[in-house]
Amino acid sequence: MELTTVWFILIAVLFIGYFVLEGFDFGVGMLLKVIGKSEADRRAIITTLGPVWDGNEVWLLVGGGALFAAFPEWYATLFSGFYLPLFLILVALIVRGVAFEYRSKRSSLKWRANWDNAITIASFVPALLWGVAFANLVRGVPVEPNEVAGAGFLYTGGFFNLLNPYALLGGLVTLTLFLTHGAVFLALKTAGDIQPRAQKIAIPLGLIAAVLAVVFLLWTQLAYSDKAWTWALVVVAALAWVGGIAANYLKRDGWAFLLSAVTLAVAVAFLFSVLYPNLMPSTVNEAYSLTIENGSSTEYTLRIMTIVAVIFTPIVLAYQGWTYWVFRKRVSPADIPNPHEGSLDYPDEAQAAAAHAAANK
Amino acid sequence: MLRVSWSANIWGMDGSNLFASAALDLARWQFGITTVYHFFFVPVTIGLSFLVAGMQTAWVRTGKDKYLQATKFFGKLFLINFAMGVVTGIVQEFQFGMNWSDYSRFVGDVFGAPLAIEGLLAFFLESTFLGLWIFGWDRLPKKLHLATIWLAATGTLLSAYFILAANSFMQHPVGYEYNPVTNRAEMNNFGEILFQNTTTSAFMHVITTCFLVAGAFVGGISAWLLFRGRSVEMARSTLKLGMITTLVAFVLVGITGDHQAKIMVQQQPMKMAAAEALYETSAPAPFSIFTVGTLDGSEPIFEIKIPDALSFLATGTLDGEVQGINNLQEELANQFPEEEYGITNFAPNIPITYWTFRLMIGMGGLAFLFAAYALWATRKGRVPSSKWFVRAAILMPLLPLLGAAFGWIFTEMGRQPWVVYGLMPTAAGVSPGVSTGYVLTTVVVFTLLYAVLAIIEVGLIIRAVKIGPPEVVPKDPYDTDAPDRQLSVTY
Ligand code: HDD
Ligand code: HEM
Ligand code: HEM
Repeated sequence: MELTTVWFILIAVLFIGYFVLEGFDFGVGMLLKVIGKSEADRRAIITTLGPVWDGNEVWLLVGGGALFAAFPEWYATLFSGFYLPLFLILVALIVRGVAFEYRSKRSSLKWRANWDNAITIASFVPALLWGVAFANLVRGVPVEPNEVAGAGFLYTGGFFNLLNPYALLGGLVTLTLFLTHGAVFLALKTAGDIQPRAQKIAIPLGLIAAVLAVVFLLWTQLAYSDKAWTWALVVVAALAWVGGIAANYLKRDGWAFLLSAVTLAVAVAFLFSVLYPNLMPSTVNEAYSLTIENGSSTEYTLRIMTIVAVIFTPIVLAYQGWTYWVFRKRVSPADIPNPHEGSLDYPDEAQAAAAHAAANK
Repeated sequence: MLRVSWSANIWGMDGSNLFASAALDLARWQFGITTVYHFFFVPVTIGLSFLVAGMQTAWVRTGKDKYLQATKFFGKLFLINFAMGVVTGIVQEFQFGMNWSDYSRFVGDVFGAPLAIEGLLAFFLESTFLGLWIFGWDRLPKKLHLATIWLAATGTLLSAYFILAANSFMQHPVGYEYNPVTNRAEMNNFGEILFQNTTTSAFMHVITTCFLVAGAFVGGISAWLLFRGRSVEMARSTLKLGMITTLVAFVLVGITGDHQAKIMVQQQPMKMAAAEALYETSAPAPFSIFTVGTLDGSEPIFEIKIPDALSFLATGTLDGEVQGINNLQEELANQFPEEEYGITNFAPNIPITYWTFRLMIGMGGLAFLFAAYALWATRKGRVPSSKWFVRAAILMPLLPLLGAAFGWIFTEMGRQPWVVYGLMPTAAGVSPGVSTGYVLTTVVVFTLLYAVLAIIEVGLIIRAVKIGPPEVVPKDPYDTDAPDRQLSVTY
């Protein structure tokens, strides 16, 4: 296989990892206030993400870095072209990361409520925008030769070009898939009151997502795919999703999560398969499309990157997998007798918080 | 010789296209603001991860409460800081593509590899093992838990190495060949990029700087605790740890900086001349400590100079020749003809390079002096009672941090007008398709967001310090039956 194809696949794998892993982070973040009724609930919910959210986000960072190294033309054209959506995603990721780390640092109710809102919104924005961005990639965008640099390509579409019905549908699909994925994750990782609530909400969410996703996948296959075999992926994704909903209904949490992860993985694989061998199909002129041939690094660079990836990816997978194993135990609000424990409170604030907690018991 | 045609008129480098140059200036401001901001958290993370790992190791080996107290207390400060390092780093990863897309396409073949490898080798290691460290106190055996913080610390070192290799390519491009067909730099020797002396030397200087920063952080905070009579036993130990780290690190920072200076004279002579505002080539050349007057070189009004010192810094001999700005300007103008590169002025902003170079050294020097004084003033159980002592202690963590920021501003601005020295002018790297309005929007939003986050983060650090380490003897955190178990396993 050509190294350019290998790297196209590796980048697809990195984004699959990203969407499967940070997908449930986003879902959990959006459901924080819906499923978490009490302070102890919310702390328990965030604790399910605590040890893993940063590691999950690194999948995106490595995906971005790999894009830069293997297809610099793609990295340059895509990120300068999708400037505003990417900017909004970055702002959201900044706010979200800080919110996770800082929300329980003070027991003031207002402080916590603000950070909870921040987590909800900052999880919503990327969950929606990633779908919009990927759908646009598959659909094609206005790309033309980069006359400034005298070589390469340039996105010439502007912002509103990105807001077409197909792409917006794509955004709703990732949004609802991630919501469901997050609910299913919580059903698997929590105990106590939270767990039945998560299980229950996953079903209507899963059904809405199913409708939207089926329309989107069919639209994609019919309008943008020139490969018959990608039908197989559509079918697998759909079946896995139905299986996931059924497993959730039967309260088989492990199976439900596994199947929703499979759906996400296959759906992302499907989008990349439809795209291949293009990186950014041009709607201006097919000859202007960015492809794995005209957008890639040199053979030398790709070879070095391949060696590094072959050695280190299994190691990373092993220790990340081990982390999930270490933290396999369900988290229950009952583990958190005093939700203000560990806050950075001055003595008077700590007293007020304790009084408040006692009054709420 | 390389032949790169940048068709200067398109970027308005001659000032004819006002809007293009506004977008360029904004993109530069944005990069400077976000990167310097990122680097406020980076050295604390790198240095403190090792110091905290050391504290925990001391506790595991001796079982003394004060070491556990120190681990928990500085660990908490470390994590408050780490969160900011992570979220500001995300912006860095994507900024090249957003604001510097022509730069990215031109160097991507070379520059992307270290960035991607940094993610795969370093960021996964840091984030995963830090997660295990924070939440693993009661899930992992003692020694394994200790290993997680050491692995996270190792991750920070790897991260620094690869990113500095990328940065060193910008300072001194090697291991590549220019391909006129694709109009880009293409890598042909990765080993050279990773191991050229620009990289190894910058790595040593930056890592020693990180220890200087973290030493001052631990030392300053411990001095404040001691002054207030809080957790005295712990504060004494950590004061010593912090101050000694500061002293040793400063000496090493000086040695490695001197090494860098010698390399810089060969690779970017204009930067050295600009650092000294040395207009005429001199042998021997003095080192100017302070100049009041016209920096355009015409008339100094007041100045302090150390004779021969610049010669020594730059060449290692007392009477070595150091080239001046005027000569270099002429030489570079011949070497890089205007028609091809669109550059007429090869000197960076002289006042900025001159002062940032001095402030870098000066700020570190102040931390060194206070560290020496603090050790002397607290010898044999003494507790200093002067107001000035505590004021200096509060200021101390800031000094090397600012010094490091000045160091970067010096390095990066001293390289101007190049984004890749001798290869690509900064003006040629900016994204051609991104409008001024977009860049303005993002500059404003990032700056405001960063300002708000700074207030929150500093507020939390101050709280954590004022509340101080727990006075009661901490329970064994590995005892899963202890009532405060959740402290260590939830946010
Ligand atoms: C000398 C060291 C150094 C320098 C020059 C930079 N960084 Fe950095 N960066 C680190 C040292 C570091 C670190 C110590 O490894 C951090 C700080 C906090 C952390 O989590 O890791 C980090 C975090 C960090 C992250 C978040 C990682 C995560 O989620 O865990 C990203 C994406 C970047 N950086 C990217 C960059 C880029 C693209 C830079 C160039 C402009 C850059 N950093 C300069
Ligand atoms: C690998 C690491 C780094 C890379 C690849 C890098 C790259 C760049 C680039 C592309 C620019 C824009 C061109 C320009 O305006 O000069 C720049 C400017 C700048 N960078 Fe760096 N940089 C790195 C590290 C840092 C760090 C860690 C700092 C400081 C904390 C820093 C400080 C600056 C400043 C202050 C500017 C603005 C200079 C100016 O516009 O004149 N850089 N750098
Ligand atoms: C004591 C004498 C010092 C000398 C001779 C010295 C020398 C240098 C030189 C020559 C550079 C520029 C390298 C280049 O652009 O090629 C530099 C950069 C830098 N310095 Fe220093 N320095 C000293 C002290 C310090 C101190 C005290 C700090 C921190 C507080 C510091 C932090 C930095 C940083 C962060 C950079 C930018 C990164 C790099 O290029 O390595 N330096 N220093």
